[in-house]
Amino acid sequence: MTAAELASFSHVATYSAMAVYTIAFVAYALDLAKRSGDAQLRAARDGDASAQESRGGSAPAVATSGAARSAASSGSGSTVVLERTAAPADGPAPQRGSTFQRVGTAMVLLGLVVHLAAVVTRGVAAERVPWANMFEFALTGTAIIVGVFLVVRLFVDLGYLGAYVTGLTLVLLGIATVNYYVDVVPLPPALQSAWLVIHVLVAIVATAFFALAAGLSALQLVQAKREQAQLAGLRFMSTLPGAARLEDLAYRVALVGFVLWTFTLVAGAVWAERAWGRYWGWDTKEVWTFIIWVLYAGYIHARATRGWRGSRSSWLSIVGFAAVLFNFGVVNVFFKGLHAYSGL
Amino acid sequence: MARSSDESASLTGDDRTDVRADPLRPSDHVDAVDESPAGGAGPVVQPRLGPVGYLRFFWRQLTSMRTALFLLMLLAVAAIPGSLVPQRTSDPNGVVQYQADHPQLFPVLDSLGVFETYSSPWFSAVYLLLFVSLIGCILPRTKHHFEALRARPPRTPVRLSRLAGYRSVTLATGAADAGPALDPGSAVDLAQAQLRKAGYRTERYGDSVSAERGYLRETGNLLFHTALVGVLVTVGVGGGFGYSGQRVVVEGQTFSNVLSAYDSFNPGRWFDESQLEPYSIGLDRFTTTYEEQNRDALGQPTDYTADVTTRYQGGDERQAAIKVNSPLAIGGTNVYLLGNGYAVDVTVRDGNGDVAFRDQVPFLPQDANLTSQGVIKVPDAVPEQLGMIGFFYPSAYDSGTGILTSNYPDTLNPVLSLNVFEGDLGLDDGVPKSVYALDTDDMTQVAGLNAGTEAVQLKPGETAELPDGLGSVTFEGVQRFASLDVHHDPSQLWVGGFAALTFLGLIVALFVPRRRVWVKARASEGGLVLEYAGLARGEDPTLERSVADLSTRHLVGLGVPQDRARTAGVSDDERTLTP
Repeated sequence: MTAAELASFSHVATYSAMAVYTIAFVAYALDLAKRSGDAQLRAARDGDASAQESRGGSAPAVATSGAARSAASSGSGSTVVLERTAAPADGPAPQRGSTFQRVGTAMVLLGLVVHLAAVVTRGVAAERVPWANMFEFALTGTAIIVGVFLVVRLFVDLGYLGAYVTGLTLVLLGIATVNYYVDVVPLPPALQSAWLVIHVLVAIVATAFFALAAGLSALQLVQAKREQAQLAGLRFMSTLPGAARLEDLAYRVALVGFVLWTFTLVAGAVWAERAWGRYWGWDTKEVWTFIIWVLYAGYIHARATRGWRGSRSSWLSIVGFAAVLFNFGVVNVFFKGLHAYSGL
Repeated sequence: MARSSDESASLTGDDRTDVRADPLRPSDHVDAVDESPAGGAGPVVQPRLGPVGYLRFFWRQLTSMRTALFLLMLLAVAAIPGSLVPQRTSDPNGVVQYQADHPQLFPVLDSLGVFETYSSPWFSAVYLLLFVSLIGCILPRTKHHFEALRARPPRTPVRLSRLAGYRSVTLATGAADAGPALDPGSAVDLAQAQLRKAGYRTERYGDSVSAERGYLRETGNLLFHTALVGVLVTVGVGGGFGYSGQRVVVEGQTFSNVLSAYDSFNPGRWFDESQLEPYSIGLDRFTTTYEEQNRDALGQPTDYTADVTTRYQGGDERQAAIKVNSPLAIGGTNVYLLGNGYAVDVTVRDGNGDVAFRDQVPFLPQDANLTSQGVIKVPDAVPEQLGMIGFFYPSAYDSGTGILTSNYPDTLNPVLSLNVFEGDLGLDDGVPKSVYALDTDDMTQVAGLNAGTEAVQLKPGETAELPDGLGSVTFEGVQRFASLDVHHDPSQLWVGGFAALTFLGLIVALFVPRRRVWVKARASEGGLVLEYAGLARGEDPTLERSVADLSTRHLVGLGVPQDRARTAGVSDDERTLTP
């Protein structure tokens, strides 16, 4: 295939991936709806037979607060006499999501395969890494958001975040293909550097982690409101982990993002020294990268400050991700600076 | 984890050894020991503060977590204006343009210093306060950490069952296949040996062992923050020892590294002219490669190469190439290729037929197709001084209106167009004038739009007579010029080193878990009762799994079969919480 054919194949693959993601989004949304229904049913059943504790169903019990959880753990130290008691052989049953969720995950996986095909063919067509302008950054970045989501899912049950991740990916891909699309052009001399591979790729991965963290923080905000009984609706939230757990998860995910962002900042300074003759010059993009770094540094400090745990720090995580999106969508296009590589 | 640290205060607050082993925290840190009186003890009575008391009070405020957090947020906000308006340091022309576009707003913003945001008093105040707060936090913590490094792990809590990953297993005594003797003492001995092997610092308290690990976490934390101070200091102080200079070199020209040879020069605070190493750089050839295949990017430059000959004073000549991402290192400086364009080679003869001017004049590129503008000043011409504002079109194209544009950046159809002025160039009053601007106040246009004669248009090799017998202009040819930036910054390596330490410290501080583990043994009627538990000091998502692993290994060491050792006494609902 010629470069032009590869590029147009990439374009078609991008749209195909969006179609598959749309199915995944619908499936995940249905999963949330089903969670709401299940929660409602369980509430009704609990009302009918309050004596019997309902443990059935795939969804875990209503999330416990920190105090309740530690109470549960204190009861767990049951003595086992090895000689007399057979230890329970099977661990806890693995949590399986609803059919909708499994369909959603399967579709996300399929979508990612098509998406990666789009990324790779774009790179082959351009004979370089596929992240040298805004369109390519968005194309690769969304693939990495989905990839990070699927990888984190292997360790933590994040099925409830599927609608957010696919929704965000669809919106970003939509904006990228409609507003940022540019044909394949060769690299300008300033971008011909190994640092393009390192600096930009790490920035993309950091962005993906920040995106996940922001989603978790948003859920934490809602969950915290519910736990304070200030919010009655959104019943599916009762099938999600508690606010404290969501906050822990958001924090850990954001922490990885922060480390990667720090690397982006340092690597960017090293590259700037090679290309522009100074490691730091308060270029608009540098300023915003710095602002984002400071915001997340603040977030990490907030988590360690009395009175700032919980919803307050979650807001910081969300503001941080908003700044990341601003840095990409607004600074690239409207601000004058040396990082003039949007290709628009 | 919020849970573990909340518990820690109540569990261990009465234990002095514990507090000493803990990292020192600002009073409002979540892991700090809460010194406020227990709730419900009545209104807090503020003690009367003397001057020293107030100083202590303010110092405590400044070094508190809340203040650090506030200053961080303030720093983020304070950095924003500098990205909204052009900065004098990075975009001086943008500032001039802004002044022209916003004549009302400009003086207000200028008095606020937003055109020098990052050296403005308010921005400096924020980051300096932040760093004072930081240093005020680092110093006592470092001292404390050194003491903690020598402190013993804290006494085993009486009740382990409230702690994380708690596990209790009873080994029935008299089991036939039990390996070592199952008395509490030797069981704890084994636990202590295993913990020490796993990198824990251990301490025996009766028939229990208290173990702690992850002191590196606090070390990393302190390293990160100290290295940040290092970055600030080296940037602030080190920059003063360096210099940077710019010089435009036309093909065939040679540039010597002396102060007078620079077009512009920015010395650091402690710059001394003797710092300039005696070397010279001659630009032999400047090559630009343009995209010729891809129809979407025709004429886009894909490579710039400046082939140069360098020479040290009294040394040999060397060939080298400077590219955009690969500067030339010479004489303690780096030489960067930051711009390029065309220089037109022009000869001007005056009314007497004498050569009044012969030079290669750099024209500054105005667009992507390198339409370039420049000024030629001929002060030696008689009877009148001559000045010319010129446009150079590397690939001239007349769209039919008579107005030329360039439609390709390479020299496919080079044309030089000159508007000629006669009169006083204004060079004699001693005030420095830009070589890229012509002051036409005291001059009369003799060729061009506002004159009777059309602008002079020349192709390479052509000569045109000027009107009124003022002389002639010859366009000898065109060369490339390279704009070279020479930088010397001895602090750069230091800044880089501190930045690397920052990154290292960050990783250690965030990902090394600080935790305590206890193993307790006692004999009972049913057999030997073993208890295991852990406590997170800061974020520690794998604590429970780690306690489980340690206890399993211990049980296996005591002769319990592997599968039973893994599952006995483990709480199911807790394990599902760890990823």
